[in-house]
Amino acid sequence: MSQPLHRQLGLTDAENDRIPELIGRAPSDAELVMFSLMWSEHCSYKHSRPLLRRFPTEGPHVVQGPGENAGAIDVGDGLAIALKIESHNHPSAVEPFEGAATGVGGIVRDILALGARPIALLDSLRFGRLDSARSRHLFTRAVAGIGHYGNCIGVPTVGGEVSFDDRYEDSCLVNAMCIGVVPAGAMLKAQARTPGNHLVLIGNRTGRDGIGGASVLASAELSHDDEDKRPSVQVSDPFTERKLMDCCLELAAAGAFVALQDLGAAGLTSAASEMASKGGVGIDVDLDLVPLREQGMAPAEILVSESQERMLAEVAPERLDEVVERCRRWELDATAIGVITTTGNFTARHGGAIVVDIPAAALTDDAPTYAVPVDPAPTPAPTPLDRIPMPRDLSAAWMELLGRPNVASKRWIYERYDHLVGANTARRPGGDAAVIRIPGTGTGLAITTDCAERHCEADPLGGGAATVLEAARNLACVGARPAAATDCLNFPNPEKGATGWRLQQVIEGMSLALEALDVPIVSGNVSLYNESPERLIYPTPVVGMVGLMADASASVGEGFTGPGDLVVQIGSGPVRLDAGEWLGDATGAPPAPDIAAEVAVIDLVVRAATAGLLQSAHDVSGGGIAVTLAESALAHGIGCEVSLPTGRRPDEDMFGEGGGRIIVSCHPEHLDQLREMAGTVPIAQIGTTGGRTVTLRMGEAGAELHVEQIRDTFESALPKALT
Amino acid sequence: MSVAVVRFPGSLDHDSAVRAVHGLGGTAELAWHDDRALPAGTTAVVIPGGFSYGDHLRPGAIASRSPIMRAVVDHANAGGLVLGICNGFQVLCEAGLLPGALRPNATLSFVCRQVTLEVSDGGTPFTETASGPLSIPIKNHDGAWYGDPDRARVVLRYQGENPLGAVDRVAGVANEAGNVMGLMPHPEEAVDPLLGSVDGCVLFRPLVAA
Repeated sequence: MSQPLHRQLGLTDAENDRIPELIGRAPSDAELVMFSLMWSEHCSYKHSRPLLRRFPTEGPHVVQGPGENAGAIDVGDGLAIALKIESHNHPSAVEPFEGAATGVGGIVRDILALGARPIALLDSLRFGRLDSARSRHLFTRAVAGIGHYGNCIGVPTVGGEVSFDDRYEDSCLVNAMCIGVVPAGAMLKAQARTPGNHLVLIGNRTGRDGIGGASVLASAELSHDDEDKRPSVQVSDPFTERKLMDCCLELAAAGAFVALQDLGAAGLTSAASEMASKGGVGIDVDLDLVPLREQGMAPAEILVSESQERMLAEVAPERLDEVVERCRRWELDATAIGVITTTGNFTARHGGAIVVDIPAAALTDDAPTYAVPVDPAPTPAPTPLDRIPMPRDLSAAWMELLGRPNVASKRWIYERYDHLVGANTARRPGGDAAVIRIPGTGTGLAITTDCAERHCEADPLGGGAATVLEAARNLACVGARPAAATDCLNFPNPEKGATGWRLQQVIEGMSLALEALDVPIVSGNVSLYNESPERLIYPTPVVGMVGLMADASASVGEGFTGPGDLVVQIGSGPVRLDAGEWLGDATGAPPAPDIAAEVAVIDLVVRAATAGLLQSAHDVSGGGIAVTLAESALAHGIGCEVSLPTGRRPDEDMFGEGGGRIIVSCHPEHLDQLREMAGTVPIAQIGTTGGRTVTLRMGEAGAELHVEQIRDTFESALPKALT
Repeated sequence: MSVAVVRFPGSLDHDSAVRAVHGLGGTAELAWHDDRALPAGTTAVVIPGGFSYGDHLRPGAIASRSPIMRAVVDHANAGGLVLGICNGFQVLCEAGLLPGALRPNATLSFVCRQVTLEVSDGGTPFTETASGPLSIPIKNHDGAWYGDPDRARVVLRYQGENPLGAVDRVAGVANEAGNVMGLMPHPEEAVDPLLGSVDGCVLFRPLVAA
């Protein structure tokens, strides 16, 4: 016997009972479908919203916090920078090329909805290990999809990160981040304002693609016809997206839009109900006016179709002709499909009959929220060193680590992306953070995405903080002061096991570090249920962070720039192999970050870079200081000789992680100034640059690699792993 | 005296090309694909990079048949300078103004990388002042030039590598008269120390002086 419709749609019995209370009668099938989508975790954050309130979201420079399509900060020169990261995990696992491509398209439209011109993209990716044929397929096709879309729309993909682990074999992660720029006074909101104004649908026609979230739509129970189920994969059309961008930005600059909204998950339902409820007004849409790709679409299908490359605008009657005319010039459909009303209701007509008539706020504000169980998991103890085998040949171990796909060069990926278009890319992918010049200014904007997922598994509180601090360190290394962040919380099912607790702890750890840095979260996204019966992903709270520097051309690189400079370690917190790249697991606890100490290191490096004291700066992250130094040497083919007289076991010295450390190089005559600037922040000269080898001494032990050896291994590892 | 930068739906690098001209002290104006004539006072034309018409059919195929191209062909036939960059090079080949064609890269993937170019022909108006190797980025999916290098005026070649799999490492060609040139690398992305190179200026300077 088949399930009742509401259960097939994913609504609980209690949720189903709540709907008649809110609307005063039983919902129609179309209305029930709308509720099921708007009350889904994806649209309503019903399991995460109470926890997300913990994030610091305010700051004097915040001009748009969470709640709109993207957040934004004031960056001076009369400009605001918009930022947002979003997941497209599940579509990418089903069809990686289109899933990843439409993920890029969606995040670009989120930025566009603020009237902002998209100026940079980043992608944070997680896949299973590359010895799995399925993971190789998902990874290479997702990269192809990101490139296909990003390259064609002319937004440079300037950075991101990727790692490979068994935990992502069944649930890959594709998170896309976009940055945009908008005149501070001209920012748009997705908030309908004035009754009598038109709702104009711009862009692609509406089809049956992307009705995946509610595949039952095509079933006989609902549509009462015999049509076969249609493919539910969203289809990308980057050419139309580019035209949509160009056209909407022209109209936004002309002041033709009162409000602007993109159509993403749950399509027109979500876009229109959010516009109405945010504005405290109603909307009345005639579905017969929506341009369709195919005939015979049911009202519910039109209302929830996720056809891509569509925007919804509020336009005053006297500007309608101008909007339609401008769209025609760009060869885009623009159709007035409805009006703003005073009723507060979402009303939809089809074939002359009213098929939907419910309070818009019932779909959005009245969505249920649930407290997730927060049952702590025991925090593992640090692994005793005698249980970790000591490598017999440290140089060979070092080389092996540099050749692992998680550590090795990601050139294979970023050379497939146009990271230059727009002629503002001052620091290209491959370093700690990308730097772009904010168009029309000399200001530099540094951007990074990061996540310490193994740390989050072993110690979610410390891992949440470590994730934020890692992002801030990466910005500091190029000389930028962290300014704002966006987050994408990728987790397994929060209703089971310790996931809810980990989610809460990660958010707490992130918040503590964000507060210490004075960096607000201005936008974010949550992706839950990333698990299969066999595998749960690690808690993966990806943070996208932006930082500012006065002069985009004065950024600092990760590479040593010449011989005879001093190699200096800034920061000296505890270091351990646990949860690091060398061990590659999360069975032991890494050291919890000392937030205040790490923030002081970050602050010092920003000040030193701004004062022009640094020749290079590179943080110690995956694989420890041995990897940091190898990368600094590789960049310009300049080696170094470094001593690590710590008394630790040599492998822990080389590959241990944590401690919030940054390795800089400086001219000898600048060391005193650097020490003075440091105050109480620990800094130590550990070596000098020069030669063609990277030589490490750890007491009696030593390791040495030639720069060319490093290059061969580091550059060839990822391509080899893919063949 | 103005450089016309042609804009098709899907053009991406028109603004960067305009900025490159401005940076050299010239004036530039956008020309719309649907126009029948170039802006009054046009002395040189740039067909910029991008994905005109979404690369539908073949890169450059639809753009080469757009209304503005008749005016560009007239301008070229009258001896005016025309520079096609990346997608602009594809458009000029499709329009028959330049010899050869651009095939998908040997890697069958998009390639974005800084490359070094050698100037094979310093006799065109574009390369009269070019000396020594030029460091300019490539970024394309269909940039492998195919044609007979003995019957084409090869202006630029990749030095040391052949990143896209072009015949004879060809990166740029000109017509017989030398007033029409196309290249896959992006000189407008190499006009500012911030971008890592200013070598692209030598190719833009003749347009500004025209």
